[in-house]
Amino acid sequence: MKARVHITLKNGVLDPQGKAIEHALTALGFAGVKEVRQGKLIELELAEQDPSKARAQVEEMCRKLLANQVIENFEVEVEA
Amino acid sequence: MRAAIIRFPGTNRENDVIAALKRASGQEPLLVWHKESELPDLDLIVLPGGFAFGDYLRPGAMAALSPVMKEVKRQAARGVAVVGICNGFQVLTEAGLLPGALLRNADLRFVCRDVHLRAETDNSIFTSSYGRGQLLRVPIAHQDGNYFADQGTIDRLEGEERVAFRYVAGPGEAAERANPNGSLNDIAGILSENRRILGMMPHPEDATDPIQGSTEGCGLFDGIVKSLA
Repeated sequence: MKARVHITLKNGVLDPQGKAIEHALTALGFAGVKEVRQGKLIELELAEQDPSKARAQVEEMCRKLLANQVIENFEVEVEA
Repeated sequence: MRAAIIRFPGTNRENDVIAALKRASGQEPLLVWHKESELPDLDLIVLPGGFAFGDYLRPGAMAALSPVMKEVKRQAARGVAVVGICNGFQVLTEAGLLPGALLRNADLRFVCRDVHLRAETDNSIFTSSYGRGQLLRVPIAHQDGNYFADQGTIDRLEGEERVAFRYVAGPGEAAERANPNGSLNDIAGILSENRRILGMMPHPEDATDPIQGSTEGCGLFDGIVKSLA
């Protein structure tokens, strides 16, 4: 079973990389880019076949390693 | 004083710390590989700079889970002094031994230059030989030194006088150049609640010999040795 973890910076945490991308897009002529926030996507292939167990397992992985909850939020997506 | 220096794959400042500690104490510290799960009784543990595990995922994230860190936490809970420098500071925050996190530098660049610090408290073994308000010039070399914590944590650190060092403008330096990485409140180093754990981005160990251009980092190691010898 496949799972995807989207990791994003919490609101209020400065994202200098997102800012740099925003400036670069504006410099390329893309008008109206108001804000860019950069995150991470982590894909996992799991032996677990039960979607709710898989989700619980990945959420535990996020809390222990994949995300730093001081600065990041995570969202788990489990492929049905 | 029994000191141990922890080495992770990718650590690269361990010899600088060994030299600084030997200069201050006359004793050779233990060098410990991160896979060790037991340490002898120690007075001081140092997590030196480098790029442990290639900074994969987040700087310090993998190292924080190394077997030796359980032991570091156990000894820290007993009051053993712990210092994390640069990457070591990142490891301590990832391990939950210090609050907050170190984000990418605000200007996205790796910054390698001398900075000026002000010792902000004399109430710690790490800063006791400087005294409050003393300036020191030491180098930095990092890309992720932008200290961040939520407002409540910052207020607590400030209120409890747990900011050990702050970036300040040196003589003749423009004020806006003082903070090299965008860290909140110009924070360069912080203390744990019991004041026995110090994490800092600058490298005092690289300002302990005249050939390094400054010896103003000596005070930190002298203070530790004086307190723990």
